[in-house]
Amino acid sequence: MIGMDEKLSFFKNGLRLDGRRPDELRPIKIEVGVLARADGSCYMEMGDNKVIAAVYGPREVHPRHLQEATRAIVRYRYNMASFSVEERKRPGPDRRSNEVSKVSREALEPVILTSYFPKSVVDVFVEVLQADAGTRTAGINAASVALADAGIPMKSLISSCAAGKVDGEIVLDPMKLEDNFGEADVPIAMTPNGDITLLQMDGRLTQEEFRRALELARTGCQQIYEIQRKVLVDRYGHVEEEEICEEPSAVAEEEI
Amino acid sequence: MSDVVMAEIRKDYLYHLVLKGERADGRSFDEYREIILETGPVRKADGSALVKLGNTQVMVGVKIQPGEPFSDTPNKGVIITNAELVPLASPNFEPGPPNEVGIELARVVDRGVRESGAIDLEALCITPGEKVWIVFIDVHVLDDCGNLMDASSLGAIAALMTAKVPAAQYGLGEDYPLPVKDVPVATTAVEFGDAIIFDPDTDEESVADTKLTVITTADGSVCGMQKSGPGFISQDHIYRIVDIACERAKEIREKFLEV
Repeated sequence: MIGMDEKLSFFKNGLRLDGRRPDELRPIKIEVGVLARADGSCYMEMGDNKVIAAVYGPREVHPRHLQEATRAIVRYRYNMASFSVEERKRPGPDRRSNEVSKVSREALEPVILTSYFPKSVVDVFVEVLQADAGTRTAGINAASVALADAGIPMKSLISSCAAGKVDGEIVLDPMKLEDNFGEADVPIAMTPNGDITLLQMDGRLTQEEFRRALELARTGCQQIYEIQRKVLVDRYGHVEEEEICEEPSAVAEEEI
Repeated sequence: MSDVVMAEIRKDYLYHLVLKGERADGRSFDEYREIILETGPVRKADGSALVKLGNTQVMVGVKIQPGEPFSDTPNKGVIITNAELVPLASPNFEPGPPNEVGIELARVVDRGVRESGAIDLEALCITPGEKVWIVFIDVHVLDDCGNLMDASSLGAIAALMTAKVPAAQYGLGEDYPLPVKDVPVATTAVEFGDAIIFDPDTDEESVADTKLTVITTADGSVCGMQKSGPGFISQDHIYRIVDIACERAKEIREKFLEV
C-alpha cells in the first residue's frame, strides 16, 4: 500500500500509469442478454470494473402500497460483492450503496416511459463483481443496456462516466489509484443529446476546472453511448423472423 | 421529489407563477428565505447550531470523542456524519432507520465538510495508529419546510466552527477549539422548466424533477455536488447554478460564518 504522503507521479511522458492519454477511457466490454431468468441483462467491464445488471418487469409491485396509480415505479439496487474490493466488504447494503442506488435510479428514471405501465414496477439490480473506481457509472451503463434488452420503452439510452483531477490535470475515467489519490471526482450520466441525469462531485475544483471536467466527462459518455448502441444493434438489429414474434420492442432507439 | 401528494392544481399554480417570474412566497428566483443561525444552543454537545431557513429548522450537534483511527489513515481524525429525519419534523417522515433521503442528506453534508478540508484531521491525531479524535456530526431535522441540504450543511459548519475538543474530560490536556480550516457552504436550486429556483420550499421541491446542490469553499472552488431527483438538467443550467451558488454562498459565509 502506498502512503498518502509519498509523492507519486501519475504521469509518464504525458501518459497515465496504465498508458492512457488524459482524455482516454479504459477499455470497455459490453455483453447483452447474459442472464436467462432476467427479462433483460447486461455484463459490462470498464477497465477493471466488472458489473452485471438485470432488469425484471414491468411486474406487479410488492409491497402493494408502493404502487402508483398513473405510472410504473422504478427500483434500483446497487450492490457490491464482498470480494469485489481489496479488503472484504461487509455484505449487504450500507450507506454508500444506498446513496448510489438512489442517484443511479434517478439517472435512469427520466428516460423510462413509466406512464406506459401504471401500478407496476421496473426492478433494476446491479451487482458489482469487481471494483476499480467508477462502479456506479459502470452500473448505470450496464443497467441502461439491460433495460433496452428487457424491452422497456425508453426515450433514449443513458451513458455514464466520470472525470477526475490528478496531479493538477483533468483526466477522463479515473481508475482506482487515480481516484484514491486524486483531487476530485465528477461522475455524470447523460442522454445521447446531452441532457444530464446524474451529477455528483467530490474533491476540489475551481469553477473553470469543473467546466473542463464536465466537458471531458461528456465526451466519455458519447463514446460509451456508441458502444452501447452498437452492442444492441448487433444483438437486435437483425432479428430472425421467429424471434420478432417472441420479443417485440427490443430495439433501443436514440431519438426522443 | 418528496412523497407529498400535491394537488395538480397547486402544481399548475406554481408553474404559472414561475412563467410570470414569480414564486408563491414572493421571493425572486435566487433569493433565500431569512436565515437565522444560533450557535451553541446545546451545552452538552461539544459544538451545536440551530439553523432556521424560513420555517425550516435543523439542529446540528457535534460530539468529539477519542477512538481508533481507520487503518489506512493512522494519523488522522475521523468524521462521522449522520442525519435523522425524525417524525416530528414532517408528516412524511417515519420512525426507523434512515431511509435513502436521510442517508443522502448525511452524505452530502459529510462531503462538504470532508472534501473542503474544513477540519484539520491531522491535528486530531492523539497517538498515531492508536488513538485519534472522532468528530460525530449529527443532523437533527426539526421542521422540514424545504431545502434541508443547505440548512443542515450550514448548521454543520457553524457547529464545527464553535466546537471545542473536550481534551480535559479524557485527561488529554486542556480543551481547545476544533481546528477549522475552510468554510464550505451548500447552495441548492431546483429546476422548473427553464427557470432555476434557489432555496426551494417543500412545495417547490415536490413539483420540481431536478435538484442540484453545489458546495463551495471560501476561495470560490467547488468541493461537492449532488444532483437529485428523477429529472434532466442541461449543461447550461449547471453552469448557471454553479455561478449563482458561488455568490449566494459567499454572502452566507460573510454574514454568518466570519471567523
